[in-house]
Amino acid sequence: MTTWIAIGVTAAGCYLVKLLGLSVPAGVLERPLVRRLAALLPVALLAALTAQQTFSDGRQLLLDARAAGLGAAALALVLRAPFLVVVAVAVAVTAGVRAL
Amino acid sequence: MRAVSEQIEIQTDPAAPPADSAVVRDALGVGVAVGLSGFAFGVTSAGAGLGLLQTCALSLLVFTGASQFALVGALAAGGNPFTAAAGAFFLGVRNAFYGLRLSGLLGLPRAVRPLAAQWVIDETSAVALAQPDRRTARLGFTVTGLTLYVLWNLTTLIGALGASALGDTDAWGLDAAGPAVFLALLAPMLSGTVERAVAGVGVLLVLLCQPVLPAGVPVLVAALAAPVVLTVHGRMARGTEGERR
Repeated sequence: MTTWIAIGVTAAGCYLVKLLGLSVPAGVLERPLVRRLAALLPVALLAALTAQQTFSDGRQLLLDARAAGLGAAALALVLRAPFLVVVAVAVAVTAGVRAL
Repeated sequence: MRAVSEQIEIQTDPAAPPADSAVVRDALGVGVAVGLSGFAFGVTSAGAGLGLLQTCALSLLVFTGASQFALVGALAAGGNPFTAAAGAFFLGVRNAFYGLRLSGLLGLPRAVRPLAAQWVIDETSAVALAQPDRRTARLGFTVTGLTLYVLWNLTTLIGALGASALGDTDAWGLDAAGPAVFLALLAPMLSGTVERAVAGVGVLLVLLCQPVLPAGVPVLVAALAAPVVLTVHGRMARGTEGERR
């Protein structure tokens, strides 16, 4: 049940912000500070989520095969690999290190 | 997903108005590449303990990848549904700013807006905003949106079904798919010093908070990195200006 609540709240919230953007007159959210903050918010969240899901099991901090997988993904990104290759590399290296 | 869209923008020659076939080809390219990563989401969501119906409902109703990965990650960690939803919601806020830029370009009739809104995401915005006029922008938005929506939901279903066939998804390294998606989305955003500082502070905050705060909350705390770094950066910029005088 709690999962359905989370799905409902997320779906409603994400849909409403999409609709809001299309509906409000231009200029309302166009102030430089608001735009700057809106651009930086995903940076903070994505960085935090990457670190959290790489270095923790949801509760404790830990270092396991995922760190190797994400290291390989970072290398793939530096080498300008396409999106799918980056994800595939992370998965394959993580599986490989676990199988050792 | 941004990385894909940037490649597309480079291919598009802004000097010459692109032929419809070129717009459709760009749109389909983005749609197919990203739609396939729906498979990773389906597997991750099933691995996080969500049912088939729940996983598919997320892709149908939320339809913004980063938020979906964030939500199932937070739920798997045992987070409160509202803190989990808050993290996913804040990631989705950027779509409002895409919508702002798209509404003028697409000039949608009021009746179409509620339908078009669901497709306002990173990829459709990147393709539409790269077009020189309203007609090609509408074409790009529609083809990308439709391709992505169909493929994202189809591959989510296949991934969720496949996860049970795979057994222990961790043994296949599939728990690394979620963070790899986040990293691939993040990488093209790290162009400037401020962006890198925000990312660094965000990582520091989440790792410091992780062992002591309830699941889902550390990511929300890490979001504070954006206003904090922006404030500090603003003060420093004013400080150096003062010294020059």
